[in-house]
Amino acid sequence: MTTEQTNKPNNLLEGYVPDNFFDEMVSGTGEVRPHYKRFQELFAGMTLKEFTQRCQSVDLAFLRQGVTFNVYGDSQGTEKIFPFDLMPRIIPASEWAMLERGLVQRITALNLFLHDIYHEQKIVMDGVIPASYILSGKHFRREFTNFQVPKDIYIHVCGTDLIRGGKGEWMVLEDNGRCPSGVSYVLENRRALKRSFPGMFEHIGIRPVEQYAEELLKSLQYIAPAGVADPTIVLLTPGAYNSAYFEHTYLARQMGIEIVEGRDLVVRDTRVFMRTTKGLQPVHVIYRRIDDDFLDPTVFRRDSMLGVPGLIRAYRAGNVSLANSVGTGIADDKVMYYFVPRMIKYYLDQDPIIPNVPTYLASEEADKKYMLEHLPELVVKAANESGGYGMLMGPKASKEEIEKFRVAIEADPRNYVGQPMISLSRHPTHVDNGFEGRHIDLRPYIVYGEKISIVPGGLTRVALRKGSLVVNSSQGGGSKDTWVLYGDE
Amino acid sequence: MLSRVANCLFWMSRYIERSENIARIVDVNLQLLLDFRDLDEHRLSEHWLPIVQATGDEEAFFKVHGKATGHTVTEFLVFQPDNPNSIVSSISDARENARMVRDQITSEFWEELNRLYLFVRSRQARDLWNSSPFDFFQEIKATSLRLQGMADATLMRNEGWLFMQLGKYIERADKTSRILDVRYQTLPERGLPKSISQEEVLEWSAILNSCSAWDAYKSIHGAEVHPKLVAEFLLLSEDFPRSFEVCIAQFNHSLRKISGVPEGRFSNEAERLTGRLLAEVQFCTIDEVFERGLHQYLDDLQLKLNAIGAAIFTAYFFQSIKTMDEEIFVQQEEQQQQKRFAPMTKPEGQNPKSTKAVGPHFPFGIRP
Repeated sequence: MTTEQTNKPNNLLEGYVPDNFFDEMVSGTGEVRPHYKRFQELFAGMTLKEFTQRCQSVDLAFLRQGVTFNVYGDSQGTEKIFPFDLMPRIIPASEWAMLERGLVQRITALNLFLHDIYHEQKIVMDGVIPASYILSGKHFRREFTNFQVPKDIYIHVCGTDLIRGGKGEWMVLEDNGRCPSGVSYVLENRRALKRSFPGMFEHIGIRPVEQYAEELLKSLQYIAPAGVADPTIVLLTPGAYNSAYFEHTYLARQMGIEIVEGRDLVVRDTRVFMRTTKGLQPVHVIYRRIDDDFLDPTVFRRDSMLGVPGLIRAYRAGNVSLANSVGTGIADDKVMYYFVPRMIKYYLDQDPIIPNVPTYLASEEADKKYMLEHLPELVVKAANESGGYGMLMGPKASKEEIEKFRVAIEADPRNYVGQPMISLSRHPTHVDNGFEGRHIDLRPYIVYGEKISIVPGGLTRVALRKGSLVVNSSQGGGSKDTWVLYGDE
Repeated sequence: MLSRVANCLFWMSRYIERSENIARIVDVNLQLLLDFRDLDEHRLSEHWLPIVQATGDEEAFFKVHGKATGHTVTEFLVFQPDNPNSIVSSISDARENARMVRDQITSEFWEELNRLYLFVRSRQARDLWNSSPFDFFQEIKATSLRLQGMADATLMRNEGWLFMQLGKYIERADKTSRILDVRYQTLPERGLPKSISQEEVLEWSAILNSCSAWDAYKSIHGAEVHPKLVAEFLLLSEDFPRSFEVCIAQFNHSLRKISGVPEGRFSNEAERLTGRLLAEVQFCTIDEVFERGLHQYLDDLQLKLNAIGAAIFTAYFFQSIKTMDEEIFVQQEEQQQQKRFAPMTKPEGQNPKSTKAVGPHFPFGIRP
């Protein structure tokens, strides 16, 4: 049986059908795409049983290592492993080069946009973006207009979600310019895959991802306050009960910096210190994984117990640098997303390399009319939610849900955008009894320091539930290792 | 090192040591019962209650259980989540502390501790406990020793390590003194017992076993088991690594490495109290101990350990942490002072050139 299986090149994917979706690995005619050929040759030597065993041992290893996330609203404080699919997603070199150019273009424009709206506001005065949209942005921090951020960088770390449509065309789904998480899974997934398939890495030629921590550290050192030769950098976490706590400790360990909670820091004379066993020691750069609202109870939410009283004054005095800067949330606003192609044109005089998903703004009369008439076909999103919350998937929604959104849109049009339902590309994914196509997206991580660097690939998230289009970990999503090849085959 | 981190390492190490000690006490006493005959309810209670007392949780115990039987005591000491010192609670707390300082410990160490945590909370742990308590305790003890070995072999000898040593040795000293106190009711209030029954020999042997001291003791005293020799060995031995004196000497050593203050001097209350306690046990004889009464003496030692624990907290972990409200007030005060005394400085972060371009109340010029 075994010999017979190894002779058949397609045995593990036998009976696999791409259906009517764009499949990353298998073309419409059932051929394995060129950049998956070498993987397929090695992969075919394995039986389903072997593959399943490796999956189980990876799951067990993750649980033991505590590669887990906390589930909110679970009273037992249960930690779950982020489900991991052992079958990698592969991107050829030329395609990645295009994506890289597109992402650099996008973050450059977003950064110029943030600088602009917190300073001269030319884009508004030139009539490209209506002022009302910015003023009504939930995360626009008007207190920070004319504040000089170190080296003019606002978004130091960005996680941009990319998807592919029915013909395999790449699109940007959203930008995450506040505290994007998930990069630790990129690094851990790679480690798991190297352990499971050591031979493949030798034969296929896959670009490494391990340099991420170093790139991040360099970018944090780059923004240190002027005159500080050897800056102390810390990672500020909300604490051990945050869903991304594993990632915080992981990154701190990789970078060799302290991980601190708000209560470890204290501000005196607009300088930040940490409490140590040898007294107070100065802190110069904070990679914060806490949202703006919770940073400083004397400025933002008074009830925040996570923050550091006085931190914002120290920041404004230029004695401490924050990454990401305060006020980047406005760029995550889904209404601003609509304007990103125009920002690229306005600031860079270029056409976007990776286009947006067509988007309707409920606050524009014509768009709203269209949205309300076509709710059952559209995806409707709240402008300032993330993690798959506050979303209507029209084609899959019940009548009641649609009506609920209709009321919500009419009541607060500024807060909603609509998009056509994109049939995300699919990827063969390990299921109970073999392999089936599951929808995926891609979140590359862009680090903006002295230069812009992007770790090859990023986090491929996969909607593990059959037919589901929601890839968020809080909603039954898992992840895959993402391989960017040195070549195109 | 961050005070919070030092605190976590101290407690992580302390809880690991605690779980191991409790595992040993329960294990030894379960086995001891196999040697006794005609055990009625009263006798059983006499046997088990001191063990609850030794772990310091008598009150908590009677809140949950009516009487001390083998079943209730072992359940309380091993699994009970309401008992903050049960084995499962101790391991969970050790792991929770470790989770907060993952960046300070090696992955091997973390994975082993996490594995133990997943094990004691699993179904298999219960099954193993039911089918073979011996193997269950073996697993706990072996993992604790493995963790100590790993720490020894892989961790940097930095401040964090020293705080882990402090946690380990203060807990070990405390548990050794408590285990030694388990059979005090069979002793006269002061002085030595006149004669020792066969059963008492077994009980004092169990005390040695609970401290993993049986083989070491035998190599010095042969097979003769007498309360005086046992107490001397567990309190005053200079060579046995779990004796009270060795624990305090190690504790003192680490404490002084943290501050750099030499023996004979002190820079904080913890050092002063520790130095004094060490001198006390170094220059004490076992006859003196029994003259005062063993139980009384041990009680005293435990109080001194508590005072040292509190002094460590004040010296290294506490550091006048203000409440959030006080801290906010301090900031507002600073801000006020700045406004009053430094009116000439321009508002922070404002670039005067571009402030002119936009009005302060309506930051955007034209609505398109």
